[in-house]
Amino acid sequence: MDGLRLTDEERAMLAGEHGHGVRRAMEMVIALARIYGATELVPIKSAQVAGVSYANIGDAGLEFLRQWADEGARVRVPAMLNPAGMDLLAWREMGTPEPFATKQLEVVEAYQHMGVLPTCTCAPYLLERCAGLGDHLAWSESSAVAYANSVLGARTNREGGPGALAAAIVGRTGCYGLHTDPARCPTELFEIAVAPASASDWGALGAIIGRASRGVPYLRFSGHAVQTVADLAAADLRDGMRALGAAAAATGSVALFHLEGVTPEVRLGQVAAPTGEAQVVESLAPAYSLLDGEVEALDLVAIGCPHASLEQLETVSRFLEGRRAAIPLWLTVSRAVAERARASGLAESLEAQGARLVADTCVVVAPMREMGVGAVATDSAKAASYLPGHQGVQTRFGPLERCLEAALRGTWQ
Amino acid sequence: MSRLLHGRVIRSGEARGEAIVSPEPIGFLGGVDPESGRVSEKGHPLESQSLAGRILVFPRGKGSTVGSFVIYRLARQGVAPAGMVLAECEPIIALGAIMADIPTVDQVDVGQIRTGDRVTIRADEVIVE
Repeated sequence: MDGLRLTDEERAMLAGEHGHGVRRAMEMVIALARIYGATELVPIKSAQVAGVSYANIGDAGLEFLRQWADEGARVRVPAMLNPAGMDLLAWREMGTPEPFATKQLEVVEAYQHMGVLPTCTCAPYLLERCAGLGDHLAWSESSAVAYANSVLGARTNREGGPGALAAAIVGRTGCYGLHTDPARCPTELFEIAVAPASASDWGALGAIIGRASRGVPYLRFSGHAVQTVADLAAADLRDGMRALGAAAAATGSVALFHLEGVTPEVRLGQVAAPTGEAQVVESLAPAYSLLDGEVEALDLVAIGCPHASLEQLETVSRFLEGRRAAIPLWLTVSRAVAERARASGLAESLEAQGARLVADTCVVVAPMREMGVGAVATDSAKAASYLPGHQGVQTRFGPLERCLEAALRGTWQ
Repeated sequence: MSRLLHGRVIRSGEARGEAIVSPEPIGFLGGVDPESGRVSEKGHPLESQSLAGRILVFPRGKGSTVGSFVIYRLARQGVAPAGMVLAECEPIIALGAIMADIPTVDQVDVGQIRTGDRVTIRADEVIVE
């Protein structure tokens, strides 16, 4: 009665021949495949699993993960975790409430029991080669999904946490949506007449695209912006596209964008600009006025959403040279990036400048109010779009330099 | 007189119980109390009614994806529906049904079922008495 074809091995998994945990995972993958009209499953190269913060999944989620692990569920492809609700090592000195911390550690342990790597990052692609052109993936985190599809040319839908974990356990996901060619074709043309000058500008652009787009946006810079973007250092362009994808996903439902002359599917001629009239973006100011709040006295400055790259940490350290933050300055990163910064001496310099490298978590998922934080400045359009509503935290949004100046003074000016 | 309806299996199995029919979508996170199994959403047509042990018939799910875990929690507390019949199942309900081992069928003409009917789910069949 439906068109989903399964291989012999997939049927064996569904029949319970690989244990009850695998059967449950296969039931989930098949249910999702049917709902979305897939005709087959595809092998995946990696999974990235959301639903890590205890604040989000609660006791019910923790109980379920433990039961699934007890049923013998183990991942069969590399699977990585999204950020948790705290730094898994430094939670105590950072003021994370102990009852929360205890539960959070239990959640991560339950995932590890199933073989999931406790990477706890929204940007796993920064250090590990976990995705490449044409690879099928089952990733959850919306900013990572946008980056993997757009910049790496890999193929993933935005999976829910349990769906991504189920896919990792059976090593497959339904072949529908962004796994298929037709869904990757651009549907809307945006002409951008302004050159982003910072990660916050790229994020502001992403917020504009996210709110305007109903499908797969195709971005084309015009006028002087073409050359400005072409002249960007590779790391700056990469970090700009990270901010763009994160904001477009957070403010809308963008899971894939194409950027003319830059992203792989355009360069390889696999997709072409959509015909029809372009929507023109002439100014980023509307996004700034939308995302920037009014509070002046700050509790915290947060940089690193998505998790910061080593290059971004270096930029922060150069700016702060010889000075010291007056209020907490969080640089949220993956533990892998934190360790690299530690090894090179960069972490020590940043700490002397009053910054703190915070691993495994971020201001979007940590229990900020319980930690006494009510007002934050950030250069992340994604964080600025979530903090007021999700966390009840007043937010200022602006370029990195302005955020760091605010950290030196403790106020936004 | 019994009627036989057909649907699509979301979570296979057999379940029997009294139907409780919602004309409106149900969001489990915030919409159903995980301790009592009663609908807690203000103004919902089923507000304060218990889903425990009944065949829940509704058009579709809504709301947060954490709703899947709430369905699981209901089952652990022993207050989950015995089965679910939907017009169109989306991922939140599908994954919750599989986590909680609740037989579930969708693509069913739910207008054929009234609250109080005796309903049996058997694989892709829904028998209404």
